[in-house]
Amino acid sequence: MTDFHARRAFLKAAVAAGAAWATADLFEVEDALAFASQQASAAVAAQSRTLTAAQMEIVSALTSRILPAVDGRPGAAEAGAVYFIDRALGTFNAAQQPLYTEGIADLNRRAQAKVAGAASFAALPAAQQDEVIRNIEATPFFQAVRLDTIVGTFALPSWGGNRDYMGWHLLGLEHQMSFQAPFGYYDAEVNRRN
Amino acid sequence: MAPQSRPSARFRSSDVVDFVIVGSGAAGGIIAKELSTAGHTVVVLEQGPRLSERQFDHDEFGTFMRGHNINDPATQPHTFRTKPQETAQRRQVLVYGRLVGGSNAHFTGNFWRMRPSDFNEASRLGGVPGTGLVDWPLTYEELEPYYTKAEWELGVSGEPGPFDPPRSRPYPMPPLPVKSSGVLLERGARALGLHPQPSQMAINSRTYNGRPACQHCGFCLIFMCEFRAKSTSMAVMLPLAEGTGRCEVRPDSYVAQVEVGPNGRATGVTYFDGQKRMQRQRARAVVVCANGSETPRLLLNSASSRFPQGLANSSGVVGKYLMFNTYFEVNAQFEQPLNEFKSVQNTRMVLDFYETDPKRGFYGGGGIDARFGKYPITFALEGLPRGAPTWGEGFARQLAHQFTRTMAFGCHGTSLPLETNNITLDPTLKDAWGLPCNRVTYTDHPDDLKNAKFLAGHATDIAHGAGALAVWSAPVIAQTLAVHLLGTCRMGNDPRTSVVDRYHRTHDVRNLFICDGSSMVTSSRGQPTETISALAFRAGEHIADFAKRGEI
Repeated sequence: MTDFHARRAFLKAAVAAGAAWATADLFEVEDALAFASQQASAAVAAQSRTLTAAQMEIVSALTSRILPAVDGRPGAAEAGAVYFIDRALGTFNAAQQPLYTEGIADLNRRAQAKVAGAASFAALPAAQQDEVIRNIEATPFFQAVRLDTIVGTFALPSWGGNRDYMGWHLLGLEHQMSFQAPFGYYDAEVNRRN
Repeated sequence: MAPQSRPSARFRSSDVVDFVIVGSGAAGGIIAKELSTAGHTVVVLEQGPRLSERQFDHDEFGTFMRGHNINDPATQPHTFRTKPQETAQRRQVLVYGRLVGGSNAHFTGNFWRMRPSDFNEASRLGGVPGTGLVDWPLTYEELEPYYTKAEWELGVSGEPGPFDPPRSRPYPMPPLPVKSSGVLLERGARALGLHPQPSQMAINSRTYNGRPACQHCGFCLIFMCEFRAKSTSMAVMLPLAEGTGRCEVRPDSYVAQVEVGPNGRATGVTYFDGQKRMQRQRARAVVVCANGSETPRLLLNSASSRFPQGLANSSGVVGKYLMFNTYFEVNAQFEQPLNEFKSVQNTRMVLDFYETDPKRGFYGGGGIDARFGKYPITFALEGLPRGAPTWGEGFARQLAHQFTRTMAFGCHGTSLPLETNNITLDPTLKDAWGLPCNRVTYTDHPDDLKNAKFLAGHATDIAHGAGALAVWSAPVIAQTLAVHLLGTCRMGNDPRTSVVDRYHRTHDVRNLFICDGSSMVTSSRGQPTETISALAFRAGEHIADFAKRGEI
């Protein structure tokens, strides 16, 4: 679900709840949301802004090992965390550009040391990528990518990642503006009684 | 029609209004409503922007990590140290809401009364040596009508618990529906012989005064409510104030100084508008409701030859006795999904440990509630127990399995008032407007930490009693982050030891009033908002009476 759909759902819930203000200029709001939504998806669909295509591939591979797709659920790569990372490095996280550039180059050197002739870290099989990661786990580069992978997977899609709220689906977090009791397993009985 | 499109008063800078109020949060909004409905002209100056419900979002990254809607450490930083001997370093320790509605606009909704014992603890306990613990100049009985007024005018859901103080009216709304975390807290607490009760929340459990019931979207903590189901100054008080046609709420107005005339009376304030142009709002009286960090800063920044220590600071007490409340969490995982991401943050709590018990060997008390622990980013960063994988398949599997199965027990405790915990002006650091920044000196008193450990111990027992599969918590250490900013312009009868009198009038300046968290003499048991609200209703009524009688 895109932000646009979530906001529509919110407005619908607001009207249902009797929030008089929500109906006032619904169409105007929907227009604004539609525009914002186009802008956001255009930004995601576009190619990278800061990292090169080769760097994007390597960072994406790394995000995929930090938060892999398991048990049929999407992971960081499917959620497009790398697009968040790319946008952040071009804007508020520009100070970490050298850390990323050097970290990516180091990853490739380590990949080539492991498998002679390997094209890049991204070309290694997952098990060998994990071996490389275990040797750099404590580095500032890996810690930065881990943080950025998490933010890129779970921050609102408007920040560039968490495509279609895949990160939230991974957690079992439904993004709705309205729920009704019962909410979970342990309150089911008492809330059905009430 | 949306309240913000009602005709609201607009004053010119050449107008002398009856009152200028600095700050639009819990206290400022209520006092604006009280004074404007009493017939006075009012300008409310708010440093932050005015946002409408349509601009609210559920942006955890923006709010927690990029400073959306809170004080901005880039343009208005402060410095921090734990002791006066240290050189303070730039660091964000204080967090408050920076928008029309203040911190109250994004608060969680916890709405606890203080008890009679909170008002005279010092004399009952014989004081606590080495601290500034004193009695309030008010009793619970004097404030009770205003607690009731706050609950009914704003809108509060709850039901009386076994230890509640006397009340003159029931809660206006029944409690919100219990969540799984609340059922589990009840189970664990009852197994230990404790007395769980519904949480008292300033959130509608049904339609109330034209505002809808909570829709259970799950984003209360530090987010504003799109439905106006949260009973805040922003949703309730400011629209009533503006609806009088006598009140103007002026956003993007960053107050620099309270101005004082040659007769020693306040004449208004100077402030920077959104384009950083210096403006002046003249007024017959000034009410400062800027929170426990910005209120003392404004007084200290308003020093003059007549008031060299800062305005209203002949006592030297402005900025002192800063109190944060202690807050620590005990985390727990359960077998089945709780889905704590739905609905309000907490629905059940235990107040058995509220009172100070000298047998424990330390001052303090508090409450334990059952709550949604962490939003997605924070959960992924620190929501799993120590020793859990931090990357890889195991990490992904645990996040996916545990997010819906994890909850927290929030432990809310007291802070002793200490002269050495305070706000002063930093000797060198200036904000983006050229004004001196705050320097915060703070460390929790040993009793506060003992009390926090005591509460965390009971929360751990409750979690085990509820059948948790895993229970863990971070160590209890001195706090370095605060959202409750209390005590820095304390109320008292003696002008030598307090800043405002029992009616919130400053001892030194007859037409300067202060009401917000800074007025508090003791810290409450960790949920000060209802007390701030009750104080504001009481202050508003008395200030209007003084004005009517020509006593300002």
